[in-house]
Amino acid sequence: MDFLIGWIAIIPSYAAPLLLASLGLIICERAGVLNLGAEGLMAISALTGAMTVLSGADPWVGLAAGSAAAMALALLFGISTVALRANHTLAGLAVVAIGLGITGVVGRPYVQKTFSGISTLGDLFGIDRGSAFGRIFAVQDPVTLALPTLVGALWWWLSKSRHGLRLRSVGENPAAADVAGIDVQLVQFGAVLASGLFCGLAGAYLSVATSHVWVEGMVASRGWIAVALVIFSRWNAARALWGALLFGSADALVPRLQAIGADVPVYLMMTLPYLLTLVVLVAGSLGGRRSGEPAFLGRVYLRQDKQ
Amino acid sequence: MTTALQQAGDMRQPLGTPAALLMRGIGKSFDGKAALRDASFCLEWGEVHAIVGENGAGKSTLMNVAAGVYVADGGDQSIDGEAISLRSPLEAAAAGLGMVHQHFRLVESFTVAENVLLGFGRKAAVKTLTDAAAIVSAKSSEIGLPVDPHKLVANLSIAERQRAEIIKVMLLGARILVMDEPTAVLTDEEARTLLSFAQRLSRQGHAVVLITHKFREVAAFCDRVTIMRHGETVLEGARVANVTEAEVARLMVGDALTVAGRPLSRPGDVCLSVERLSARATAHGQSLNDLGFELHVGEILGIAGVGGNGQEELVACLLGLDRAGAGAIVLDGQDISTAKPDQRREAGLRVIPSDRFDSGLIRELSIADNLALTTVASGSFGGPFLLSRRAMREKAAEAIDAFDIRGATPERPASLLSGGNAQKVLLARELDHGLKVLIAHSPSRGLDMKAAEFVRSAIRRAVEAGAACLLISEDLQEVMSLSHRVAVMNRGRIAGCRQTGDVTPEWIGGLLAGHA
Ligand SMILES: Nc1ncnc2c1ncn2[C@@H]1O[C@H](COP(=O)(O)OP(=O)(O)O)[C@@H](O)[C@H]1O
Ligand SMILES: [Mg+2]
Repeated sequence: MDFLIGWIAIIPSYAAPLLLASLGLIICERAGVLNLGAEGLMAISALTGAMTVLSGADPWVGLAAGSAAAMALALLFGISTVALRANHTLAGLAVVAIGLGITGVVGRPYVQKTFSGISTLGDLFGIDRGSAFGRIFAVQDPVTLALPTLVGALWWWLSKSRHGLRLRSVGENPAAADVAGIDVQLVQFGAVLASGLFCGLAGAYLSVATSHVWVEGMVASRGWIAVALVIFSRWNAARALWGALLFGSADALVPRLQAIGADVPVYLMMTLPYLLTLVVLVAGSLGGRRSGEPAFLGRVYLRQDKQ
Repeated sequence: MTTALQQAGDMRQPLGTPAALLMRGIGKSFDGKAALRDASFCLEWGEVHAIVGENGAGKSTLMNVAAGVYVADGGDQSIDGEAISLRSPLEAAAAGLGMVHQHFRLVESFTVAENVLLGFGRKAAVKTLTDAAAIVSAKSSEIGLPVDPHKLVANLSIAERQRAEIIKVMLLGARILVMDEPTAVLTDEEARTLLSFAQRLSRQGHAVVLITHKFREVAAFCDRVTIMRHGETVLEGARVANVTEAEVARLMVGDALTVAGRPLSRPGDVCLSVERLSARATAHGQSLNDLGFELHVGEILGIAGVGGNGQEELVACLLGLDRAGAGAIVLDGQDISTAKPDQRREAGLRVIPSDRFDSGLIRELSIADNLALTTVASGSFGGPFLLSRRAMREKAAEAIDAFDIRGATPERPASLLSGGNAQKVLLARELDHGLKVLIAHSPSRGLDMKAAEFVRSAIRRAVEAGAACLLISEDLQEVMSLSHRVAVMNRGRIAGCRQTGDVTPEWIGGLLAGHA
């Protein structure tokens, strides 16, 4: 029972970065831009967030600074893919390489320096940790608390609002969007920046809210899991919530098992999320249902091209 | 916008008013290749104006320039007397010109109402899906083109999609309606409905441009006709009453058209025999039941029939793409019914599929690659580790020459070719030395007269040279003029087969309808 409560309590903090990043990717890919750069975007924001907080700023400022850094990198990605029509896959991989490379070099002096992060609900409201309920809620933070609302809002915006309709039309059929008077490039640029913002929040959350430290490689492929989550959730923000919880629980299992000193092969356990990714991807492609993939994803639209 | 629309809708405008659309000296090149040179066009209010011309003549390009999709390299354009230089489709829409593209500009995963809502900008009165659905329904019943605003475009038939597209364009305020080959994808009945709608629209004072290949439609539904050839306007705005089909054909083609007849060869030994072939139906297909026929060397066997009676399934079974449930397919004395597709190709089976780009060519690959596709595995272009691009290019250049493939270089992607020229690439590849039996499925569908003629005479020559051809076509005239024998396919069976000379309208009509 103790084990279960401990586990459930930390699942949201493991799910949050995965969820935030995949929401960003969903926005971007719904507009037709294939974004594989989450890993790099998250790394750069995790470091920027840590550096900001270490320099004495408030953790919330750290979150904002991290997002801004990721948006700057996303801007570069947007310029190369949307404006200069580079191949989306290669540009995305380049973003990963740049993000990991820069953080490796710039982050060296900051490695292993701990700092205090975002306050938990327990600190903020003095929740009594007596009950199981209290124990679970006390360790949550405002970000995890706000996430379900954010998911709902984003889901509504994408699938019900006019602006969401316009964004999706660009990813489905840019030629149709174009004759409907939609500025395809502008929409895609906006979507890429939004993915920068969300992946940035995800990365900064990792360092500022969960780990309270910067270590090289701390993103640990969560960006790639987010990429898989997007496919798992069939580009649907609401489904991404469930996916993130599933992956978050797998991810959170390892430290819990270690904490109770269970004799489990740790390295094997650490591969669990990745194994799960593989299973989910295969299962997703086996089911004959519509995958939900935007029809024009990853392709470059030019009005003068023959349609 | 709406008031102008209503005014224009009230009456036919008297002559002497400025032209609806005037284009002069329009030039347009793609990658240095001229698609339009000095083309001109003049559209009056209150008329249906046909643009005809063979594939690749530049009809679509000219209208795409008019609609702001392509920016012309040079020339002048005015709409309703006002000189205008369009930089985007939005500006054309604002000027009252709407185009129904050959490939519809609809988002398939959206409903009709969502597609319409998409086109309304920030300031428009229509803001919600409910409003959009309401105006779609209203417009739909006003102009007499039924469409359900709540249906997903992906679930609509081609004709319904077209109606949705027309309604969308009209709702966005089009007074000039351009339709690019709208009837190519329709049944005769649907085409008639559409064309009489176009006529009604023009009688209300709108202007309609109709790109088509069918002279019948021009004669019956259009007021004037403009003919294009090789990117130029060769006849501008002649009254339809004053031209004959022969004149139009001559101007379109430029040189005399030779009508293909039957191949001169006499049918010899049996080279393909299909016995009691049965296959289960796929998702929404037709099953094959006990289907059989024999095809002789030097013979064209025409298979007539209304589409959807098992033609696709028969082709898939013959090629080995689908497994036949029962029956034998014997090619040159050898049963190939369990052979793999490549083995059948090896044995001499070749195909011109009904959808060139679906299963014939690969759009993204260059013409040289497309031509090499079927033989590259057997090592004709170098060993397994090193392909000789030079050999591929040379072979392609030869084919481009031999088959007169316009707009092609070995390195250009196949997607840039017009329909007729893409079909020539396919012919160049399939009519090679190993050919024994050619399966030609609607080989001239969607092609203009000249390209269709080219395809037919290429098939005829191949058969005269000793091949056999199974010609599956919905075009009865094509089947009758080319084939030695005619068979009729109905509900997955060969319902009857006769020498072409013995075919009577009653016989074929009865078999097509399925009561014989
Ligand atoms: N977007 C494009 N890019 C390159 N070439 C094109 C493009 N559009 C048309 N063409 C070329 O221009 C010529 C005219 O094509 P098109 O206007 O489509 O002919 P039509 O509609 O009369 O059949 C063809 O040779 C075609 O290959
Ligand atoms: Mg065309």
